[in-house]
Amino acid sequence: MGGYSYDELGAIFAMQGFAGISLFSVLLLMALGLAIIFGQMGVINMAHGEFMAAGAYTTYLISTLTETYIPAFMPYYFVFSIAAAFLVAGTLGYLAEFILIRHLYKRPLDTLLATWGLSLIMQQSYRSIFGAREVSPTLPEWLMGAYPATDMIDIPINGMFVLGLTIFTTLAVFYLMFKSSWGLRVRATTQNRVMAGAVGINTKKVDRYTFALGCGIAGMAGAAFTTIASTGPTTGTLYIVDTFMVVVFGGAASLFGTIASAFSIAQAQSILEFFISGSMAKVFTLLTLVIILMFKPEGLFASKVRR
Amino acid sequence: MSFVYEKLFGDKKGLIGFCILAALILVVFPVMLDSFRLNLVGKYLTYAFAAVSLVLLWGYGGTLSLGQGIFFGIGGYAMAMFLKLEASSPENTAIQSTPGIPDFMDWNQITELPLFWMPFHSFSFTLFAVLVVPTIFAYIIGAAMFKRRVGGVYFAIITQVVSVILTVLIVGQQGLTGGINGITDLRTLNGWDITSDSAKTLFYFINCFLLLAVIIASRFILTSKFGRILLAMRDKEDRVRFSGYDVANFKIFIFCFAAMISAIGGAMFTLQVGFMSPSFVGIVPSIEMVIFAAIGGRMSLIGAVYGTLLINFGKTAFSESFPELWLFLMGGLFIAVVMFFPNGLAGLWEDYGHHLTKRLDFIKNLFSKSKSAADAIELKGSKS
Repeated sequence: MGGYSYDELGAIFAMQGFAGISLFSVLLLMALGLAIIFGQMGVINMAHGEFMAAGAYTTYLISTLTETYIPAFMPYYFVFSIAAAFLVAGTLGYLAEFILIRHLYKRPLDTLLATWGLSLIMQQSYRSIFGAREVSPTLPEWLMGAYPATDMIDIPINGMFVLGLTIFTTLAVFYLMFKSSWGLRVRATTQNRVMAGAVGINTKKVDRYTFALGCGIAGMAGAAFTTIASTGPTTGTLYIVDTFMVVVFGGAASLFGTIASAFSIAQAQSILEFFISGSMAKVFTLLTLVIILMFKPEGLFASKVRR
Repeated sequence: MSFVYEKLFGDKKGLIGFCILAALILVVFPVMLDSFRLNLVGKYLTYAFAAVSLVLLWGYGGTLSLGQGIFFGIGGYAMAMFLKLEASSPENTAIQSTPGIPDFMDWNQITELPLFWMPFHSFSFTLFAVLVVPTIFAYIIGAAMFKRRVGGVYFAIITQVVSVILTVLIVGQQGLTGGINGITDLRTLNGWDITSDSAKTLFYFINCFLLLAVIIASRFILTSKFGRILLAMRDKEDRVRFSGYDVANFKIFIFCFAAMISAIGGAMFTLQVGFMSPSFVGIVPSIEMVIFAAIGGRMSLIGAVYGTLLINFGKTAFSESFPELWLFLMGGLFIAVVMFFPNGLAGLWEDYGHHLTKRLDFIKNLFSKSKSAADAIELKGSKS
């Protein structure tokens, strides 16, 4: 790190830190959905990235439609598209659970193969519908630009907006999973399916909505994703491994662990990217994670259960 | 004698299956196909090494590795590095600013051969590296994971991440590895032109014999006591552990063995196809290898070969005529295999074969019944 003064280093860290926040937000939203699906339900959802892409394409579609038919609505469409992304991805998740996943709860490794098949089908559908090229929605004016905090530090507004969205979603998920009676039913079902059924919980219904919720959050991640990069048919696969790492590194059943690990992974990658090339930053981050996981396989914040 | 026979082929059915496969790849394909198609089949059969290794590791061992591409890649790259060094002798690369190093290094302003490339001047070292480097690598991963009782889903994800790391590393370090294009333009092996038709045919047969040998070796492992423990571990790991076996060591062994097999496939791939690139290392090829095994039947060594051939024939045929349909079909096939016939082609054959033998028995019975009836009539006739 030679050649930089302390001030410059501070500014670099701050700038890359803000860039990292966008990555953190998308990773966390993806990982929240996956933490529910993988951490709670034990389903290895390889199509999770494609549900994210579904959200991103929904945003793109709404943006294009708004631009063509009601241009006056442009400043506000993004808020609606987040909700739409949630609904579209959630509905797709609901269908996937109904058709596919519910038959495979007892075979976790097989869910991996089946959902990989699903992801191939979804990718090809995107390619057929939207074309192979990457697309990105026209963002509303107020999301663009940056707020100059000091001479050397610019705070990107889209990053802050996405961060706000992420905090809101995280709180909502936390409330849903740990404070609401629905969350109680979800946790009861995942801990002991038979017993939960015996006390009158409709476990099949709980499964279906839990899976749909996880996919819906992935869809919101997709909407957030459109503010930082463009979307292509294979966008989802780029993020799926990182997302799994976030969930595994955080400790599969711990929501707090997921947040902490998404933050550290995104920041490590983003700050390293400034000093070494992007690919080497990724190699270093992932390698460090693998080595840590070799020593601490249960992740950062393991729930205290005997395995 | 029968002892050896049972060890190597399982039973009569195993022997018949083995002979059919051997006849198919050693006689039928070379006779029926032109040299281009035969080379293509040879390429598919190199994937079959990885599929067979997954039958051992996943079907019998219950440990799903999403990183067989790593080992396939290491084997392939080791061979490619040797061939590349031979192809970039100082005479061949006289136009470069630094003659005697591979062309992609020259393009990336590297002026000296990196240290880890040096030993690949020797063919015997390369063969050694193809077999040993992946095994050591697998040992490190396996020992770190299995000793800490990490298995199942977590193991699958970690191996997947390792394959991503390796891919990103290869793509990122273009000067050392050839980057996204891989190592290309491989022409000769110890001065012998490997791009000629006769060389390709020879490699095809070497590949087939190696594959058959690997299948026999795998069968030998599975029919031994080790194979029993492997199955027991898959079904009730704790009980095996409580019986005093060191579960981790058995898992490490089978993981290393699987890695070595895949690496042989990788090396044969490079020899037959003439290049190696990161697109055979990452997540997608690794999962595809799992699918080959799953389609063929995760419990069938021979089925894995058929699964590999079938999927790849399908892939080639479809991507030539309907490239858009192929991914839909492949995705649908994944789902169908998992949901409707988890034992793959081998399972179907077993079911269908069962009916077939039943029907044969029925006909036989009918025949013998009618014969005995005829005998009875005859008997009656002779009595009266």
